[in-house]
Amino acid sequence: MFKFLIDTDTWQEIYSSIRKNKMRTGITIIGVMWGIFLLVVLLGAAKGVENNFNRLFGDFATNSVFVWAQQTSKPFKGFQEGKGLTLKMSDLESIRNEIKGLEFVVPRHQTQALTVNKFKTGNFGVFGDYPEFDKVQKRNLVYGRFINDNDIKEKKKVCVIEEEIYKQLFDKDEYPIGQYIKINDINYNVVGMYKEGQIGSGGPQGNIHIPFTTFQQVYNRGDSVGWMMITGQPGFDITQIEADVKLLLKNLHNVHPKDNRAFGSFNLGKEIAKVTGFITGMQFLTWFVGIATLIAGVFAIGNILLITVKERTKEIGVRRALGAKPWEIKRQIIMESVFLTTVAGALGIIFGGIVLMIIDATLGQGPEPTLTNPTVDIPVILTAALTLIVLGTLIGLIPAQTAVSIRPIEALREE
Amino acid sequence: MIKIENLHKSYPIGKDSLHVLKGLDLHIKEGEFVAIMGSSGSGKSTLLNIVGLLDVHDSGNYYLNGQLIENLDERKAAILRNKFLGFVFQSFNLINYKNALENVALPLYYAGMGRKERNEVAMQYLEKVGLADWATHLPSELSGGQKQRVAIARALVTKPKVVLADEPTGALDSSTSHAVMELLKEINREGMTVFVITHEEDIAEETDRIVRLKDGVIISDEKTVKKSKV
Repeated sequence: MFKFLIDTDTWQEIYSSIRKNKMRTGITIIGVMWGIFLLVVLLGAAKGVENNFNRLFGDFATNSVFVWAQQTSKPFKGFQEGKGLTLKMSDLESIRNEIKGLEFVVPRHQTQALTVNKFKTGNFGVFGDYPEFDKVQKRNLVYGRFINDNDIKEKKKVCVIEEEIYKQLFDKDEYPIGQYIKINDINYNVVGMYKEGQIGSGGPQGNIHIPFTTFQQVYNRGDSVGWMMITGQPGFDITQIEADVKLLLKNLHNVHPKDNRAFGSFNLGKEIAKVTGFITGMQFLTWFVGIATLIAGVFAIGNILLITVKERTKEIGVRRALGAKPWEIKRQIIMESVFLTTVAGALGIIFGGIVLMIIDATLGQGPEPTLTNPTVDIPVILTAALTLIVLGTLIGLIPAQTAVSIRPIEALREE
Repeated sequence: MIKIENLHKSYPIGKDSLHVLKGLDLHIKEGEFVAIMGSSGSGKSTLLNIVGLLDVHDSGNYYLNGQLIENLDERKAAILRNKFLGFVFQSFNLINYKNALENVALPLYYAGMGRKERNEVAMQYLEKVGLADWATHLPSELSGGQKQRVAIARALVTKPKVVLADEPTGALDSSTSHAVMELLKEINREGMTVFVITHEEDIAEETDRIVRLKDGVIISDEKTVKKSKV
């Protein structure tokens, strides 16, 4: 039954009938091609945005929340409003003990400091950090190591610098590890250098990390904490953790439970969910637009074939007089439809691929690309191609049915 | 070869129906060269369509090659047409984007013959009608007479039992008409049953037997007197 697929005659028939209507065939092919082209390019672009987003936020634990202290906005327990609040190390202990589902609670301090190496100077953000910080926000170390427990315990004067700072304070090709740089006139031994991801966590000029305990001592911070980063274990809702932590802190610091301004927080998980939601929406829209365009294109092919069949009524009558069986007439028209949709689909996929390559070459390059690796998965392409072929067959059935429903005698009478 | 008994056919026209064939009886034996004559509206085209399995009759019996034709679906009719019948039309009905050879080979394609073989057979028949040199020409590059000869080659290519010609000379001038009739005669001499429909007296004269139709009934059925044969 499917022997005709490899029969040269079948293809010659298709070729000759298509050749007869070059212009119309061309325009129709463009219709379907445009649909699948849009689908490929938009899906690829959406994928590129998603990849880029993952690359930017890949260094962060996405289920994390930052919490810091502000001023009270409600009087409570004899305290007037406007009381200044400071987080303490003991707060962290309480949080660790009382709230479930936490992975890390990392205290941080930060300040700006003049940093000097021989004749080179710069003003950089200085952070006091625990080794765990590396787990919450992955540092991509180029040389050396991050701060370790020993540094914390002995309050060592060591620092880990960002690549940008290295570029500003050191000569080209100079090995920074083991060198000393002055931060606020205190010498620190450089133990590590890392490369920053896309989202900086401090000032624009790069960061210097020193042990948290060293920071507390050098900058006279006692046992206070600038702010903290909290990450939840997988399966725990970070928004709930955020609320629990803030309520606990209000309790510990004698703050009115409904005082929403006493503690500030930034929920990274929530922010990221917003962006991922946007990307998902974009992908859905892409599918919708792409498939709608495809269907429109396929209908155009069906329409063209219907007109072609009308025009070929007499020819079909002759063929039937010569012994063409209804199925032979039918399958020829279906084959034409499938052939047109397949060719159009293939062209659309090829052009879509080329455009994605161009997008990748222009927008996807450089240190800060708009899109990363805009691609479409092979299964998606196969699904689209298969859908096209199925739609082509289905739509081909309409003109095919029209063709055989005309009785040969009526077809021959047609002038 | 063709046996018709009490054949009736009517076409619905609005609420009424037009009774076209009113009980025809006709028997055509193998190897006969028959002309059906009649003015337009006499039912001769309807008769040809029924004989050619392009249309179905309402009542009566039709035997083609000894086989009673009844309850034919399109598929069976197509197979029978391909096997037993060759058609020659007034307006040639060649497929205009296929060359002469491809046109002749088309019935063989539907008969399921392989490409190489059918092109060889088709070429033989083009030679037979004297158009071997025109095999690769498109119908638009052929004269009317040549087109009709291609059509005749196409009708013969499956070695049918009967050739049905519907006004084969209707679109041709008299000298070309004569040449086409000569070709049909030659085919008939080789043993083929030929069934011609015409309204031209001189064309009918060239056949062996003339059946005259008027208003759906046969008014006369007689052998022609051949001057040449006498």
